[in-house]
Amino acid sequence: MATAVTPESTGRRRTWRRLPIVNQLRQSVGLQRGMLVAGLVLMGVFLLTAVFAPLLAPYEYGQLRDAAGPFGAQAHPSGNHLLGTTVGGYDVLSRVIWGTRTALYVIVVAVLLSIVIGVLLGLVSGYFGGWLDRVLVVIADAIYAFPTLLLAIIVAIVISGGQSSMWGGVFAAAISITVVFIPQYFRVVRAETVRIKNEAFVESARVIGASNRRIMTRHVLRNATRTLPLILTLNASEAILTLAGLGFLGFGIEPSKAAEWGFDLNRSLSDVTSGIWWTSIFPGAAIVLTVLGLTLVGESLNDLADPRLRTRRKAADTPQGMAEVAVVPGGTLTAGPGGLAGLETGGDRL
Amino acid sequence: MSAVVDITDLQISFATDAGTVDAVTGVTLQVNAGEVLAIVGESGSGKTVTARSILGLLPDTARVRGAVVLSSKDGTSSQDVVPLRGAELREVRGQDAAMVFQEPSTSLNPVFPVGWQIIEGLRAHGKLSKKEARAKAVDVLRRVGIPDPEHRIDHYPHQFSGGQKQRIVIAQALVLDPGVIIADEPTTALDVTVQAEILDLLRRCRDDFGAAIVLITHNMGVVADLADRVAVMYQGEIVEQADVRTLFSAPKDPYTQRLLAAVPRLGQGVEHTRARAERRAPGWAEAAPVVEAKDLRIVYPGRLRQPDFTAVDGVSFSIRPGEVLGLVGESGSGKTTIGRAMAGLTKVTGGSLQVLGAEMNGFKERSFRPVRERIGFVFQDPASSFNPLLTIAEAVAEPLVVHKRAKDARAARARVDELLEAVQLPKHFGNRYPHELSGGQRQRASLARGLALQPELLIADEPTSALDVSVQARVLELFDELQKELGFAALFISHDLAVVDLLADKIAVLYRGQLVEEGTGAEVLGAPKHPYTQRLLASLPVPDPDEQAARRAHWEQLSSS
Repeated sequence: MATAVTPESTGRRRTWRRLPIVNQLRQSVGLQRGMLVAGLVLMGVFLLTAVFAPLLAPYEYGQLRDAAGPFGAQAHPSGNHLLGTTVGGYDVLSRVIWGTRTALYVIVVAVLLSIVIGVLLGLVSGYFGGWLDRVLVVIADAIYAFPTLLLAIIVAIVISGGQSSMWGGVFAAAISITVVFIPQYFRVVRAETVRIKNEAFVESARVIGASNRRIMTRHVLRNATRTLPLILTLNASEAILTLAGLGFLGFGIEPSKAAEWGFDLNRSLSDVTSGIWWTSIFPGAAIVLTVLGLTLVGESLNDLADPRLRTRRKAADTPQGMAEVAVVPGGTLTAGPGGLAGLETGGDRL
Repeated sequence: MSAVVDITDLQISFATDAGTVDAVTGVTLQVNAGEVLAIVGESGSGKTVTARSILGLLPDTARVRGAVVLSSKDGTSSQDVVPLRGAELREVRGQDAAMVFQEPSTSLNPVFPVGWQIIEGLRAHGKLSKKEARAKAVDVLRRVGIPDPEHRIDHYPHQFSGGQKQRIVIAQALVLDPGVIIADEPTTALDVTVQAEILDLLRRCRDDFGAAIVLITHNMGVVADLADRVAVMYQGEIVEQADVRTLFSAPKDPYTQRLLAAVPRLGQGVEHTRARAERRAPGWAEAAPVVEAKDLRIVYPGRLRQPDFTAVDGVSFSIRPGEVLGLVGESGSGKTTIGRAMAGLTKVTGGSLQVLGAEMNGFKERSFRPVRERIGFVFQDPASSFNPLLTIAEAVAEPLVVHKRAKDARAARARVDELLEAVQLPKHFGNRYPHELSGGQRQRASLARGLALQPELLIADEPTSALDVSVQARVLELFDELQKELGFAALFISHDLAVVDLLADKIAVLYRGQLVEEGTGAEVLGAPKHPYTQRLLASLPVPDPDEQAARRAHWEQLSSS
């Protein structure tokens, strides 16, 4: 009932229920909720594995022998090596677990870099317009037109210069992904900025006499970034795929420096034909599940943010009493990725 | 007389994020053949939802109970629309009941010729040959008053004016000869002069085509002009139903009485203006004007191969301290452009515009900034003029912070509370976000923001046009009180003559970028000189059926001459 919502949303605005993902989880029903929960569970497993990798993994990522001697290459799954060993003699389970860390590093670095640069450029470009805007848009389009993996390979070679330490590899992968992703954030933020620039509240700030910097940071930026969480989750999954692709093609990180799923997949190519399944299945499954988890979260956030795509519970059979429609147009909407999309203008409701 | 539509105990509820919301609770209503039934009420009263249920045009989230029995025009068949789905529902739509939407520019498909769109309805219901269908479409276009229909039938929507587009939408509804036409705010998006023509056409729909009309509107003048019977809705219920004369002369329900009392009427302002003029200190007329425009010209540069557009063409006027100038005109007349130019939002391209001593022709943002402190601005749409992520208190404090009267929003809170109190909003509303306020409350907060720096000049751009009548009355009253108290000069822009009349000391009428008439309310409204002002006045419907009938005769005389 809408009348009951007003005090709640004013009084308890900042509680945990209003946090972005929690809020969406409460909003969702049916299949959409199932998708979101499944995605969140997969993401949770991924994050926990990455954080507790040293405790979970039986061996180090680069470990080839223990007290009992060398592991041996391509050993069947057994009590000592639950998922067997690779052709290089590494423990598959440990490699898979440690691989989550590398993936997480790459995601965090890539997304942070591309978000900061992309949002900044998009904001400035959209707000001021003019020749700077035109030049930046052309560059962004040019990067779009390039095959992303090829671009990532070139950047990886330029950055790492052939050496492949762990952080060197992580940064090479992250920065090459960043270059590919900046145009996406740039485009989204620029489009939103151009739209918001013409909104009455920005004009009202200009009439008050606020400086450009103040308008950009206080009025435009926060309103322009509301779709970013969606792109963020989708890009994170793409980042993993690009990292795996780089590793698979041999531009990844050396096995002695960090565990990397793409690299392991590459090494297991020849195993597949000789019936050795465990070296390829597990890193592959790790990639698939992580990407699936991130994509599910991203897609369901996307659906929930749009009031037209969001499924709702059926209207109750019994009358619920009158709602003061004018007080809360668009329902119980608050800040956050889902909320403001539902705001409608007063004129539409006549 | 037989009922075309018979609604019995209709209840409609919607599923929303906040749970179930009831929009209509127990409406019983009849529409008789060949009559105009007006459903009036404020936004959120359920009038649109009720009317849409006749066509089964409600979204999936709606739950409908009760019966809506729709009879065909000849009275041979009738059925309940509520349980109908799919093909059966499509059979009824267009044939027995048709709809005219609010915004003609969006209810026509821009990529098809208008004729195609009219014929589409014919094709869906009958087995007419191409030639017959076309002939029928041409005929209906002629009957709604589109000149040269044989030729114009192949034109696209953008080649017609707003009023013509609404005629085409009405033609689309009429072509299948339905028993009832549902017109949802058919004139709200149109100018007053065009509105009068469309109302005339709707009246002909009833007289010539014999269609019953369900007219949904919030404008009491339109009701008085067109309706035979009126149903007043409030919070999902019908509070009063009566024929139009009884309703206007002797409203029974307290809500109807309040609603009618809130409607601004022409001529109310004369007394008021005189009282204000008497209060003025001697020598006031000689004081230096706050705003002075001399031969002001504002031209928007044309795009590729299109000529420049002159929005304001040689306008001269002045506003003295403490004076309220009402600027009236229809859309495209340049009234908003003048207001925006005064606030430095639009470039002045010719002539001179002095605002508080600063010349706006060729102004620099840097040098104008100190002057901004002395200007307040109230925007048209209260929904979009607040940053949705800031609380009301933060938004009202914004001018204080920008001009360094306060360090941040928190430090300005005492002053913000004062301001909110001045516009009669409770203090704790400061903690709310804009979407948690109603339209009228938001507009009052907007007024508080405009007055935060105690400006010498307030520019109000259609501040009440997005509001309901009763809310509008409150905001206007408040504006007047504050003006009296604080004594700021104001430019009040509106398309509604009656509203301007209530507040302004002087009224200026704009027509196609030119100032055609200027004077006090008594002069401009009492004895208009320019033919455009006369036409504007005559086309304004007044909320009194008998007086409106006389005015309509006068209007017909004016428009035929």
